[in-house]
Amino acid sequence: MRKIRSRLITISIMILLAVWELIPTNATIRVEDAAGHMKDSVVRQVPISLGLDLQGGIHLALEVDQTKGPVPDPAEAIRRAERVVRTRINEFGTKEPVVQIVGANRLIVELPGESDPARAKGIIQRTAFLEFRITDMKNQFRDALPEMDKALRAAGVHAPAAAGPASAVSQLFGGDTTKAKSKAKAKTPAAPDTAGIGQPGALTALLYQGQLPGEFLVPEEQVAVAESLLGRPEVQRLMPRGLDLKWGTDVESRGARSYRALYAVDEKPIITGEELEKATARRDQMTNQSVVDFVLSRRGGRIFERETARHVNDYMAIILDGRVQGEPPVIKSEIGQRGQIELGNKTLQDANDLALVLRAGALPAPLVIVEERTIGPSLGHDSIADGIRAGVVGVIMVVLIMVVYYRLSGVLAVLALALYALFTLAGLAGFGFTLTLPGLAGLALSVGIATDANVLIFERIREELQHGKLVRTAVDEGFQHAMSAIIDSNVSTALTAFILYLVGTGPVQGFAITLIIGIAASMVTAVFVVRTFYMIWLQRRPDMVTLSV
Amino acid sequence: MLRLFANANYDFIKWRRVAYGLTAAIIIPGLLLFFVHGLNYSIEFTGGTLLQVQTRQALTTGQVRSALDAAGIHDAEIQTFGADTVFVIRARLGGEERGIEGGGTQQTAQAVAHALDAGIGAGQYQIVRTEAVGPKVGRELQGKAFLAIFFSFIVTLVYLAFRFEWRFGLAAVLATLHDILTTIAFIRYLNLEVSLVVVGAVLTMVGYSLNDTIIIFDRVRENLRKFRRQNLYEILNLSINETLPRSVLTHGTTMATTLALVALAGEVLRPFALVMTFAIFTGTFSSVYIAAPVLLFIEKRWPGEDARGARAFRATTPAPAGAPDPASKATV
Repeated sequence: MRKIRSRLITISIMILLAVWELIPTNATIRVEDAAGHMKDSVVRQVPISLGLDLQGGIHLALEVDQTKGPVPDPAEAIRRAERVVRTRINEFGTKEPVVQIVGANRLIVELPGESDPARAKGIIQRTAFLEFRITDMKNQFRDALPEMDKALRAAGVHAPAAAGPASAVSQLFGGDTTKAKSKAKAKTPAAPDTAGIGQPGALTALLYQGQLPGEFLVPEEQVAVAESLLGRPEVQRLMPRGLDLKWGTDVESRGARSYRALYAVDEKPIITGEELEKATARRDQMTNQSVVDFVLSRRGGRIFERETARHVNDYMAIILDGRVQGEPPVIKSEIGQRGQIELGNKTLQDANDLALVLRAGALPAPLVIVEERTIGPSLGHDSIADGIRAGVVGVIMVVLIMVVYYRLSGVLAVLALALYALFTLAGLAGFGFTLTLPGLAGLALSVGIATDANVLIFERIREELQHGKLVRTAVDEGFQHAMSAIIDSNVSTALTAFILYLVGTGPVQGFAITLIIGIAASMVTAVFVVRTFYMIWLQRRPDMVTLSV
Repeated sequence: MLRLFANANYDFIKWRRVAYGLTAAIIIPGLLLFFVHGLNYSIEFTGGTLLQVQTRQALTTGQVRSALDAAGIHDAEIQTFGADTVFVIRARLGGEERGIEGGGTQQTAQAVAHALDAGIGAGQYQIVRTEAVGPKVGRELQGKAFLAIFFSFIVTLVYLAFRFEWRFGLAAVLATLHDILTTIAFIRYLNLEVSLVVVGAVLTMVGYSLNDTIIIFDRVRENLRKFRRQNLYEILNLSINETLPRSVLTHGTTMATTLALVALAGEVLRPFALVMTFAIFTGTFSSVYIAAPVLLFIEKRWPGEDARGARAFRATTPAPAGAPDPASKATV
């Protein structure tokens, strides 16, 4: 009696857990609105994600971005991009995406019902070009500034009078629009009282010398102005040879104003991310900063060691996709294969994303999303409807065979099968696996295995009854003797599935996972649950002489 | 009470040479064909042509598919694209493979256009875009799938050597290998298209066949312990006969499901359903006619303790005795 109760409690807890896993949750999906634009929308759905073949997903078409300069061989670039993008989204955790080259220079990426589409897009598009460059140690850029100002003045550009403290006022009135109108502003400075010859030069007024050689601080609201001034041909012509300007990522606030850093750095990097082999993200315990540790290849390590040895006491800018990360650290002594990138107060997820794209490699050229659509299931709605109908017919046939052949025991097995379905789905939801058609094949197999376990037990009970044993003994021994067959066959199938998971890729893994979950659920329901049913049954009818099996 | 094949007593092992011949007659020509022609891989593996079609009226993917099917373009992938008047069709002509530079794009596009003219009417649609597409899955998947199966064989060998004896493990693995070969031959004979789902079906077969073989071997292990006087030949026959009702029931129910798929699941899923059905058939066949006789053969060549005379079967792991209710405890 006590035994039955504890078994029933166990089963109830499992059912509650399974139902809990399957309660619909909020999920972000991308949908097209009436105007054909994509937007994120939140829906409640059962937390089992279906793959591209069953449910469809988002379709992104990417092309090599040639607006910022021509790419020599777009076809080759897209072929390399395919590999990089595939590695990235696999590492991102999207199960069984499609990455496919279309035409000569287009890449299709299809993601199944992704929980965070914006982040996935960010990871796909990120160029992730990492380079280390020494800052302008000789202050060549600073020394060239007066000449540049002179050239600008000759071209009719004067310092915005608001560059001083007054700009704080102008910011109050219309600071927000300054960025958007950057181009226009460069020619017609913000403040109306434009100045004469005695004013400081246009650039000198904008760029404040920072603490490190080659570092300048630009008021945040003037960044666009500075950018367009620096881009002018008369300034470019005066740029010292072998130097490049790169903006920093961080905004520093001093008092009421915030500044963005601009760095003059060597044109030639001492090393690039191509030599990077490993990258891992972590949170630094001491400084509470997000940090990405990296390991270079042997060759890269040698180059890096040699270069850093030459530049001891220089400052080294860590540049990712053209932006200087944090404040350039000083090189204290030569650095070998290992190093780290400090990300300041960025979240650990940002650090993880960075480590991921660094590991997967840099895109050979920037990619732009030229098209984004929701796409229907690749099997087609028609095939899925047919498949579901066939599946239902199949299940009905299994139920009929079991009930006709094993009568009341067959009914128990069918009840257990219903629980099996519940547990398996909960398992898939709990582990967050994406269900695809090969996965469903795995499920179908484990349904077969679940019924097989009951068939083995029932046949065994029948044999024992035939040997003249009492009902209670026959049931006990039936279960006991069928156990070794059930365990050995299921364990070896599960081991096979586990190996498939370890060695295989995408679809093979999906198959393996659903099979393993299904086997585990079938062992619980076919043996433990059915046994409990029998115990209750035998307790209610202790005098039972024949068993409905 | 309905009982099938209760107390059956057939001499299965007697037919082993016939079975070997039969299975060789299936496998060898099939493998020859396989090596000469290869398999008919689906568009997921080969790439093909992508067309974006805009229709005047909303259509279902089923309507588009039947238009293509009628014109003999069978293996197209058809997806709705945003709205139900826009479709993306990935299609491929014939069985030949086309890479991205294959140049078959125009022909395929024309064939699809003809099919749509006939099926939904000229002027009812517009082909917005035609491009060559590369494969969705790299060929490395194929290699990895085989590698995975190879490693799973090794693990099975080790597990069965530990739970039974190495001879049982070898026989079980050989039976499973036999099933893989017959299934490849089957796919080749029917020239079924190998898509990802079919790969899934082959993997399913590996699990199913292994499972079935072990059920019979479990009974062999038990009977070797129980009947010390009978020889292995008799024990094998006895075990197969004793498990026959279970085999009929289990394979009957699974086969019912897969046959329902063959009959009702439509064109796209039919190759998958056919391979699954054949897999159940060959898995059952091999457990009886390959695994058991091969075990007998191995025991003859490299006799173990339970060869022939079958005395003192080395009980590596006797069923947990003593406990009143070990069966249920083992699963909690």
